[in-house]
Amino acid sequence: MHVLIQQLVNGLSLGGIYALIALGYTMVYGIIELINFAHGDVYTFGTFTSLAVLTGLGVSGELHGPALIGVVALTIVAAMLTCGALGALIELLAYRRLRNAPRLAPLITAIGVSFILENVMQLWHGPSPIAFPEVIPNPTATIAGVDVSAKQILVIALALVMMTALQLFIYNTKIGKAMRATAQDRDAAQLMGINVNTTIVVTFLIGSALAGAAGFVSGVYYGNTWFFNGFEAGLKAFTAAVLGGIGNIVGAMLGGFLIGLIEAIATQYIPQGEQWSNVVVFSVLVLVLIFRPSGLLGESLPEKV
Amino acid sequence: MASVRAKRAWVAALGVVLLVYPFVDRNNAHVDFLANAGAFILLALGLNIVVGFAGLLDLGYAAFFAIGSYSYAMLASQQFNIHVPFWVMLFVASAIAAVFGILLGAPTLRLRGDYLAIVTLGFGEIVPQTFLNLSDYTNGPNGISSLDQPSLFGHSFGISSATPYYFVLLALIALAVFVSRNLQDSRLGRTWMAIREDELAARHMGINTTIAKLSAFALGASFSGLAGVAYAAKLSLVSPDQFQFNVSVLVLSMLVLGGMGSITGAIVGSFVLSFINSFLLPQSTTLVHAIGLTNLDFTNYRYMIYGVILVGMMLFRPGGLIPSRQRRAELRVSTADPNVLAQEQTEYEGGARN
Repeated sequence: MHVLIQQLVNGLSLGGIYALIALGYTMVYGIIELINFAHGDVYTFGTFTSLAVLTGLGVSGELHGPALIGVVALTIVAAMLTCGALGALIELLAYRRLRNAPRLAPLITAIGVSFILENVMQLWHGPSPIAFPEVIPNPTATIAGVDVSAKQILVIALALVMMTALQLFIYNTKIGKAMRATAQDRDAAQLMGINVNTTIVVTFLIGSALAGAAGFVSGVYYGNTWFFNGFEAGLKAFTAAVLGGIGNIVGAMLGGFLIGLIEAIATQYIPQGEQWSNVVVFSVLVLVLIFRPSGLLGESLPEKV
Repeated sequence: MASVRAKRAWVAALGVVLLVYPFVDRNNAHVDFLANAGAFILLALGLNIVVGFAGLLDLGYAAFFAIGSYSYAMLASQQFNIHVPFWVMLFVASAIAAVFGILLGAPTLRLRGDYLAIVTLGFGEIVPQTFLNLSDYTNGPNGISSLDQPSLFGHSFGISSATPYYFVLLALIALAVFVSRNLQDSRLGRTWMAIREDELAARHMGINTTIAKLSAFALGASFSGLAGVAYAAKLSLVSPDQFQFNVSVLVLSMLVLGGMGSITGAIVGSFVLSFINSFLLPQSTTLVHAIGLTNLDFTNYRYMIYGVILVGMMLFRPGGLIPSRQRRAELRVSTADPNVLAQEQTEYEGGARN
């Protein structure tokens, strides 16, 4: 029983990272119906940026008190700004021109962008995994035999805070309203005087910024990273977005936590589960697509003509 | 039509050159390069059926290559002490790959195209992973080595010379081109193109999209299975890391470079990219090392090149280097009459949005 609860805690913290990445997939898909394959790499870019900021600040080990809060806040903000800018830049340079092209074109472009980003990161830090400084002291509380570390609490809390902020933004601001309108019907939104181009760039910016935050957290959580990190995480986060119902923000969050839980439990209970966790997550994707393609919270939409 | 006759003459001349090439150029490295490029041409021709003809974006195409290779490795080596002849394995492995193509395609049939991309991507990820994990059968990361050498009329191919494999691949490519060309204008081929342009409309015209899509998957996968057998026999080795995601993207880049839906394009694209990979990058690295820039290694930029090809071609020349006949016809209309262009443009945008 302890083992199960322990894995639930681990799964929730893993899921926090997936959820943050899934938000970006779901927002972009919601608004322009594109699977942004480069999104996972933007997330890894967040880890790399965080590492650069920490190295620039000369941080290589645990911090305490105000220094800890200051450095963590600064790094997260830097990662979010850089990734947000990167996401917006990708939209401007690569996707915008293809908005009315046949569907295959932007998808193929997205894979190309993903490969370019991976290669840039590989040239930056080499092909091997690199260590990420353990900035956060890691006292582990043991509650009823279950270990909960500070890092895990940070991941889950950050994910929840970000999602709440996003939800408030989308439902209480003018640009949020514009995003919802554009997602619903781009042409009608344009006729209502909404600047569709700006709205789409802002969507990329926010989604990518969230991926940047996830990038920092994952560096702290795993203690290492490498240029290809985003591929697998991206695949899992996309599965999370589909599981929750693509285009649905709460769904992405729910899907992220569920995928984290599924992965943690599979790792624990399947013999050599570590090796099979990808296979399990992928099977979940296929099953969802067969039996409930609209996801848990998504409404089933007729195909647009 | 003189142009048709001229084209035939060129193809015949090219055929003769390719047939005598290994006897003229005795450099085994060159023949070896051509044989390897041949495997990729075969892969690109198979992917062309799935992506180019039917418009189904398959991002896990390397998985079928892996399935073909591993089929040969398991059924024609000391691994289980089964020794099925190479020529039989060509049929067996392409059938196995085709079955997996159908198995993969079936759950995704009801889904829109972009979900297909992600499901195939996941499939491409777990197939090598599975071969890696089932180490009792596949030796895990070490792979399976010393596969059987094919033999013809009692003469073993051996491993010292690439020439026999060159001819095998040449024959397989000829077969693939023959099949693709005939399918292109067949009822099935036109069905694929209807689905590619507008699946909903195709279905409403009474096309059975299920059968059409599954046959595209099966056929594309079987080409890949053939390539897998030939490649595995040539290397006499398979290991899971030969079939990673970047192989799928490499083949896609070849196809995008040459022109999706264009048979000549698929061949030219794979040849050019193989040449860049195997000659241009290593040679230019050696060159700059010779003039003292030893910390520059162009082979590190390989993935960058794939990425730039995918993005650049999609943005600036979506038809590829050698656009398919249909695309060229579309372009011709647009230059002839600007009004038709404008009208077509609106129709195109309206139809392509969803």
